Amino acid sequence: MNAPQTCGLALRQLGRDLRSGELRVLLFALVVAVAAVSAVGFFTDRIHRALERQAGELLAADLVVRASQPLPPALSDAAHERGLRVAQTWSFPSVVLAGERSALAELKAVSPGYPLRGALKTSRAPFAPAQVTQQLPAPGSVWLDERLFAELGVQAGDRVDVGASSLKVDGVIAYEPDRGGDLFSLAPRLLMNLADVPATQLVQFGSRVNYRLLLAGTPAALAEWRAWLQAPGRLPEGARLQDVREARPELQAALDRAQRYLGLAAVVAVIVAGVGIAIAARRFALRHWDGVAVMRCFGATQARIAALFGIELLALGLLGGLAGAALGWAGQEGLTRLLGFLAGGELPAPSWRPLAPALATGVVATLGFAAPPLLHLRRVPPLRVLRGDLGPVDVWAGSAYVAALAAVAGLLLWQADELKLATLVLAGTAGAGLLLAAGAWVLTRTLARLRGRVGVAWRFGLANIARRGGASVVQVVAIGTGLMALLVLTLVRGDLLAGWRDSLPVDAPNRFLINIPPAEVDAVAAFLRTHGVPQAELYPMVRGRLTRIGERAVSAADYPDPRAQRLVEREFNLSWAEQPQSDNRIVAGRWFGTEARGRAEVSVEADLAQTLGIHLGDRLRFAIAGQDVDATVTSLRSVEWDSFHVNFFVVFPPGVIEQMPATWITSFYLPAERSALLADLVRAHPAVTVLDIEALLAKVREIIERVVQAVEYVFLFTLAAGLAVLFAAIQATRDERRREAALVRTLGAPRALILKGLLAEFAVLGLLAGLLAASAAAVLGWGLATQVFEFSYRPDPLLWLSGALAGVLGVGAAGWLGTRDVLEQPPLATLRGG
Amino acid sequence: MEVETRPIVRAVGLGKQVSSPEGELTILDGIDLAIGRGERVAILGASGSGKSTLLGLLAGLDLPSHGRVELDGTDLATLDEDGRARLRAGHVGFVFQSFQLLPGLSALENVMLPLELAGRADAAALARETLEHVGLTARARHYPAQLSGGEQQRVAIARAFAPRPALLFADEPTGNLDRRTGQTVIDLLFRLNAEQGTTLVLVTHDVHLAGYCERRLVMEAGRLAEEAA
Repeated sequence: MNAPQTCGLALRQLGRDLRSGELRVLLFALVVAVAAVSAVGFFTDRIHRALERQAGELLAADLVVRASQPLPPALSDAAHERGLRVAQTWSFPSVVLAGERSALAELKAVSPGYPLRGALKTSRAPFAPAQVTQQLPAPGSVWLDERLFAELGVQAGDRVDVGASSLKVDGVIAYEPDRGGDLFSLAPRLLMNLADVPATQLVQFGSRVNYRLLLAGTPAALAEWRAWLQAPGRLPEGARLQDVREARPELQAALDRAQRYLGLAAVVAVIVAGVGIAIAARRFALRHWDGVAVMRCFGATQARIAALFGIELLALGLLGGLAGAALGWAGQEGLTRLLGFLAGGELPAPSWRPLAPALATGVVATLGFAAPPLLHLRRVPPLRVLRGDLGPVDVWAGSAYVAALAAVAGLLLWQADELKLATLVLAGTAGAGLLLAAGAWVLTRTLARLRGRVGVAWRFGLANIARRGGASVVQVVAIGTGLMALLVLTLVRGDLLAGWRDSLPVDAPNRFLINIPPAEVDAVAAFLRTHGVPQAELYPMVRGRLTRIGERAVSAADYPDPRAQRLVEREFNLSWAEQPQSDNRIVAGRWFGTEARGRAEVSVEADLAQTLGIHLGDRLRFAIAGQDVDATVTSLRSVEWDSFHVNFFVVFPPGVIEQMPATWITSFYLPAERSALLADLVRAHPAVTVLDIEALLAKVREIIERVVQAVEYVFLFTLAAGLAVLFAAIQATRDERRREAALVRTLGAPRALILKGLLAEFAVLGLLAGLLAASAAAVLGWGLATQVFEFSYRPDPLLWLSGALAGVLGVGAAGWLGTRDVLEQPPLATLRGG
Repeated sequence: MEVETRPIVRAVGLGKQVSSPEGELTILDGIDLAIGRGERVAILGASGSGKSTLLGLLAGLDLPSHGRVELDGTDLATLDEDGRARLRAGHVGFVFQSFQLLPGLSALENVMLPLELAGRADAAALARETLEHVGLTARARHYPAQLSGGEQQRVAIARAFAPRPALLFADEPTGNLDRRTGQTVIDLLFRLNAEQGTTLVLVTHDVHLAGYCERRLVMEAGRLAEEAA
């Protein structure tokens, strides 16, 4: 028999097994599995692209090139050629005059098309309600922000002098999506038309201008343009590429978490699916022992058996993969419509990108989970035809699942796209599997002793569990794994998402006051107190540049990481404090004691320390206002940047840098309807800068909300996969149960007794699996919360109650559905093997 | 006329022991046997006399504890399990007491299976022809569960004879059937056997069935003896 013949026979065998219903459960598990994975894939791909696009609004583009020199036109030409939209902004500081008054402002000149993502907001008068606008300042006119209005004392319609030009004040710029990466070093804003810049004569050779080229378009076009840019000499010296992930650390944190949540949902779907496939495949294999023994009798070699089932399996994987992907596609599409997801904004059309992973998932999951029992078939001895008690020669059945484990690991890595998450989930699942197996073993042993003390139906049920020993353990582990996944997703998910939401509460600080002069600190604090903003605490801030770490002079060129380069190039905000802030956690070393006052010590933010290679005990040198200040690192702190509280990379003890020029800073929550208070504050303290980050906060909150929604929808598919597992687990012992029930009925047992016995057995199995699953879910949830998502997590005792209930009801119902024909069929039909 | 003298099955000093909770158990002991081409041999014995074990050893489904089996001149001990399977492919047929039809395959597909395993391109046609021979054309698309016991065994017989094996082992082929159905199956088995000139090794406790064979051996307590004429 040659290879094409083997293939042909394998495919015919597949057709026969499909027709006869032998593969129904396996195919069902597989299709649900792939549907879950592909629905997650299609859906998260769409959500992800929608989120990226939204996040792009905060950059006003998908991609930005920044430079301190004018950017060559070749860059925008190449972008135009690739169908990208392009805009330019030039930013530079300049003094603006209005009659007798002057102010240093940050000028921003923009070209038509700006902003490419997001929208500007304007208002007629300072602190009046702002509205979205598609307009830009017309040539000859400018928009000022509220602070500049206050500093210059102008009104709409007045004229201001900008360099050599006199321009008309035409509106208030209330919001620009891409306003500044460094929130705390902004001068007030003046927005003008790029066409007006030459006449001002402000931009000349050597001027300090921040040139930005904004790009937006399809991911493919952007990727193509980026590839074009790779060629040497195309990106000018000193120019830097920036996408949304680098632009806004707060958003990056939100997006990263979003990706982890969605990745987790996909990962859980994969595991649940795998368990379902494994159980169904085992049953399929068991049912083929006799057939394989006959085939061996008729001369099929082991290699032939392996090839036949291997090819059949591969074809099944492809078939299930295609069907599942189609179902997943339809599912996500239907769900998107049904739930009116993102009613406020359009969701990008699904891309074909998730199709390949979905198909591959089908094949890999089939091969990984179903191949071990099926390939084991080749070891069925031909003598089984005469002695039905003989099974495959079993070296160690578990070793066959190394392939399954490898398959899971591969799929996890692929789906989670993160080693830590994948490892944690894999280790967690493996650990949970062991816990479930050990627990199930102990409990089934214990149950065996109980059966003498219960009624006849319970005895029948308990005896079955105890007698099936190994099979019962396998069943509890399988059902438990499915339940665990469901529990992690339902309850732990709720806690995790609530934890995430809580990390950005409704009253998170939404206003910053910066540049508070030392002399006005008390007055500003008093102003805030008297106006009912008591929570605002003022912190000193000194700007300084890090120049040495130990003996090493710090230079951007030493760091390959662009973030490190940027950090080194800019000035740090330094502060001093006696106590660490409430959301700071010391991760290494010790916080300054009271005796540390005046001692040359510093506490450094842990991420910064890692990025720049700063260690505990290192001596750092800062250049502050022309002086060198040396200090030893005595502690590293983790900081919750996305809490929007005032925080500092570097903190000294009091009495070290206090004599340096400092300004004070504070943040607090002020409801939108009380914004007028800020106008009063600015009038009383013109030097103080007000930063309104409400829009940014709203964006981050919106992203969180949408991801929460997305995860909840995605969860439905995982739920379906979990149910498939449950059903497959019940089906696995169905044949045996049917035979036994028929036998017992033949011996005269009433139907009710058998039904009670079956229900008792399923209920106890479900209870065991549910309780064990809850314990495993608690451990896994704790691991996920603390290790991946960085929240504190305490399992709710309800978890165990839910687990037990879900187990008893779920397994009971699935068991009853799966075996109810046992009672409806005449015993003879069952006994004859029908 | 030149007669083929080399036996198609030969057993020399065949013995089989298995370990049991009560210690080593001897099932077969010192069996010598030669079956000539075209012979019809019945091995008679009570339940547990070891006759099925002997059949398993003769067919190369199991290995003896000592002694050897030659199938068509090849010492089975020199082959591994796959080697023995290859030796059986297309040359050895089986009919079992419990029919051993594959439940997922239709009657026709069950008959096709050994032909397909032997790589026969005409598997479907040949199987259909053989099914017709056993009078089951109308049942070709039925699954085993939809067939009566007698019909199932007729399908099994068609499956065994379809590749035209040189040697056919039958293990209690009527053991699960009533007398009348059993008779139909016996008639069919021996008709096909006569048509194809197959060597038949039949294991049974049924003296009536054994009576169809020219040669009868009796198995008792693991030892084999020719039935007294």
